[in-house]
Amino acid sequence: MSEIQSAAATVDNKRLAVASQWQLVWWAFKRHQLAMIGLVIVVVFYVIAAVPGFFAVNDPAMQNARAAYHPPQALHFVETDADGSWRIKPYIHPYQLRRDPQTLAAVYVEDPNRKVYVSLFGRGYKYSVLGLFETDIHMFASGEARQPLFLLGADRLGRCVYSRIMQGAQISLSVGLVGVFLSLTIGVVLGGISGYYGGKSDFVIQRAIEFILSLPTIPIWLALAAALPQDWPATTQYFMITLILSLTGWAQLARVVRGRFLSLRTEEFVVAARLDGASEGRIIFRHMLPSFMSHIIASITLAIPAMILAETSLSFLGLGLQPPTISWGVLLREAQNIRSIATAPWLFAPGAAVVIAVMALNFLGDGMRDAADPYNK
Amino acid sequence: MNAAPKDGDVVLDVRDLVTHFATRTGVVKAVDGVSFKVSRGKTLCVVGESGSGKSVTARSILQIVDAPGRIVSGSMVLHRPDGSSVDLATLHPRSREIRSVRGAEIAMIFQEPMSSLSPVHTVGDQIMEVLRLHLGMDKVAARARTVELLKQVEIPNPDRAVDRYTFEFSGGMRQRVMIAMALACNPSMLIADEPTTALDVTTQAEILDLIKRLQTKFGMAVLFITHDMGVVAEIADEVLVMYHGKVMESGPVEQIFHAPKDEYTRMLIGSVLRLEQKAEIRLKRDPIKQEAKPVIEVRGLRMHFGEGTNVTKAVDDVSLTVRPGETLGIVGESGSGKTTMGRCLLRVYEPNGGAIDYRRADGSVVDLVSADKETLKQMRREIRMIFQDPVGSLNPRMTVAQIIGEPLFVNGIAKGAELDDRVAALMKQVGLEPAWRERYPHAFSGGQRQRIGIARAIALKPRVIVADEATSALDVSIRSQMLDLMMNLQDELGLSYVFISHDIGVIRYMCDRVAVMYRGRVVETGTTDQVCDAPTHDYTKALLSAIPRPDPRNRRIHARFRYAG
Repeated sequence: MSEIQSAAATVDNKRLAVASQWQLVWWAFKRHQLAMIGLVIVVVFYVIAAVPGFFAVNDPAMQNARAAYHPPQALHFVETDADGSWRIKPYIHPYQLRRDPQTLAAVYVEDPNRKVYVSLFGRGYKYSVLGLFETDIHMFASGEARQPLFLLGADRLGRCVYSRIMQGAQISLSVGLVGVFLSLTIGVVLGGISGYYGGKSDFVIQRAIEFILSLPTIPIWLALAAALPQDWPATTQYFMITLILSLTGWAQLARVVRGRFLSLRTEEFVVAARLDGASEGRIIFRHMLPSFMSHIIASITLAIPAMILAETSLSFLGLGLQPPTISWGVLLREAQNIRSIATAPWLFAPGAAVVIAVMALNFLGDGMRDAADPYNK
Repeated sequence: MNAAPKDGDVVLDVRDLVTHFATRTGVVKAVDGVSFKVSRGKTLCVVGESGSGKSVTARSILQIVDAPGRIVSGSMVLHRPDGSSVDLATLHPRSREIRSVRGAEIAMIFQEPMSSLSPVHTVGDQIMEVLRLHLGMDKVAARARTVELLKQVEIPNPDRAVDRYTFEFSGGMRQRVMIAMALACNPSMLIADEPTTALDVTTQAEILDLIKRLQTKFGMAVLFITHDMGVVAEIADEVLVMYHGKVMESGPVEQIFHAPKDEYTRMLIGSVLRLEQKAEIRLKRDPIKQEAKPVIEVRGLRMHFGEGTNVTKAVDDVSLTVRPGETLGIVGESGSGKTTMGRCLLRVYEPNGGAIDYRRADGSVVDLVSADKETLKQMRREIRMIFQDPVGSLNPRMTVAQIIGEPLFVNGIAKGAELDDRVAALMKQVGLEPAWRERYPHAFSGGQRQRIGIARAIALKPRVIVADEATSALDVSIRSQMLDLMMNLQDELGLSYVFISHDIGVIRYMCDRVAVMYRGRVVETGTTDQVCDAPTHDYTKALLSAIPRPDPRNRRIHARFRYAG
């Protein structure tokens, strides 16, 4: 009787009945608001990292002696005429460089009478999109070529901080991805062997993991990074840095994977697959791996922020990436001294970018971890 | 005015209780207008299958329904011995008033004693805490009272047990500790939520005995939640039958069992009584040829876990035979080694010694214990397994068609359109709609999932199936359906079953012969009739007499046979 009733119930719930693992995970994830916010921010950040040039305003490498420590300009959205009518047309008041007659210090004064309009999808400097083609269309651009736009001010050499943050996102965020990918590969292979076969290989791998986890990471990173020749090209250096970061990152992931393998090995459906005659490879990849893919993705999301922070700290200390490569850590080196705090606090803006990215990834990872096992309710 | 409380006084009066769970897919009416009275010195059994709302009813009384559950309406008036009364439904779940009711006036014990007790505190500490919190006793008095309580629940050496940790106790002893804790404040009512479901029948009988004795001694009202009609018949004064959150029928236990009015109650009682006798299918069959050569012959099988001095002899010198077309039942309590034995037949575990001779269709004999990898793979196509847990044994990430088709696919028997056809035929054979093939296991009920497991087992046209507690996780009303299905398949495919169960009723219904296992050894083998009706070994006698029978006129577990092996 209850059999018939529940059969009727399953017919009502057709959508749920044929929902695969990923659909269930997505439904569970959608209910996690903070994680959804995190997801949106992360997606926006990675879009920026893919085409930083489009979001930048000025050429991030361009120096401008007349704009050293230029303060951020306020963007006005509504233009009001003398007769009181108004329209939405963003503009800025340009700043003029003056010298204080007594101290000879540079002072920027806003000129309220002049307006420089900001155009959406305007033209600016040339950049390449993912190395495929070149264009000069930007999300927004200054209406006058001679009047650069400094949304977040300029640094010591008059370079646009906003544009440099956009450019830095590329390296800082991809270091996380590439690094985690490397640790994932090492972690899944070693953790999988350790968990599935057990015995001696498990013992050896576990001791190795414990050794790696006992290393103080920052000094190790410093030592390895310091050992890199300074004259290597930027791309080689970048690759080496990600390698160094992932060398220590895999241990945690290997532990996660091993734990999942251990608990899954005794699950009845795995025993059933063995009795069905499935080969070892099929048991691992067809039956076990899908059960913890979502867990792995969640732990990856939580590992990316650690990578980003590691790269930032290394570069900040001058041992990671070197200028002219632009990453958030390299940008923060500009904010290393008291003088910049006093005269140009906007140089900390890349720090804010790091904080937002790391928090968004953490929210996202938390939500994914909660949604990762939709069957375990 | 304060007349002394006497038996039959109403302790708790529940009227039109409604508890809802607001979920994503809509409101679930877990308890939908339930009314009942619990009286002093009497036992009210709330009985129902899974999802009937019986546990939620109990939890609603103490306002401990898990979120998002909420009591929507109704009243639950608690009458105190001093004549005052309070409506528990109006109290806030976190208020001081309800907290003083919980534990002190209404105590509750749960199914899983281990998860209700702290593993890092001694038993004594946990009971003393209750005494000191609720009654404000000092340390010395609390300890003395704790020892007294442990003595009351018949824990041996109470003055030493008080300083032990919960993991040092067996399941039955833990449940006794829980009961001691529940009794600490002399509650006027005890709610027992499936307190014996996780226990073996002999332990269950002891706990039921204990609750009865304590009830007589202290005059408590007992609200006993269970799914087991046998237990109901043994202990209930009044019965409340629930189905989908509603009361189907309520009344004295005699009436429910012998003159049920409601159709659902009749169906429930009927399916319990069916399992008290032989299956009709089996009665119609010709007798199994005794002279046929056995399909499986187990000789001196040994399976030990652990090393050195810490060896557990899970299977200890077991010898069995299974004849073609026969169902051999293996019965025993937890820890008897019956599951390990079943798994050894398929070499899920590597046995330490002995032989399992399997006779193939062509008459050749293979020893499964020493078979090499390739032979073993072949043998596993002819000997298959049905698992106990209908949830854990199906990969939640594969569709039904993939699960059933897996053995056909990996053995290279069928693929593509042919595989689809075979899967559809198999689904029909076990009573599943082939249109459901693209669904995932989570969309099916327990019974349907078990059918999926059976379809997977018969996909390779096996000769022997090892069924490990195949019906234990199912509600009683579908248990006999599942057994009938298995027997029909037996006739169609000429199967032999090794049927492992702790439930004598199921064994009697299904099996031709029975082997009784106790601590890794087979203590008795014989035909089902002989073992069930005239057991020779004392352990079998004890086991059989501890099983509650669904007949309130014939209560007998209090007079059961006890085995001190």
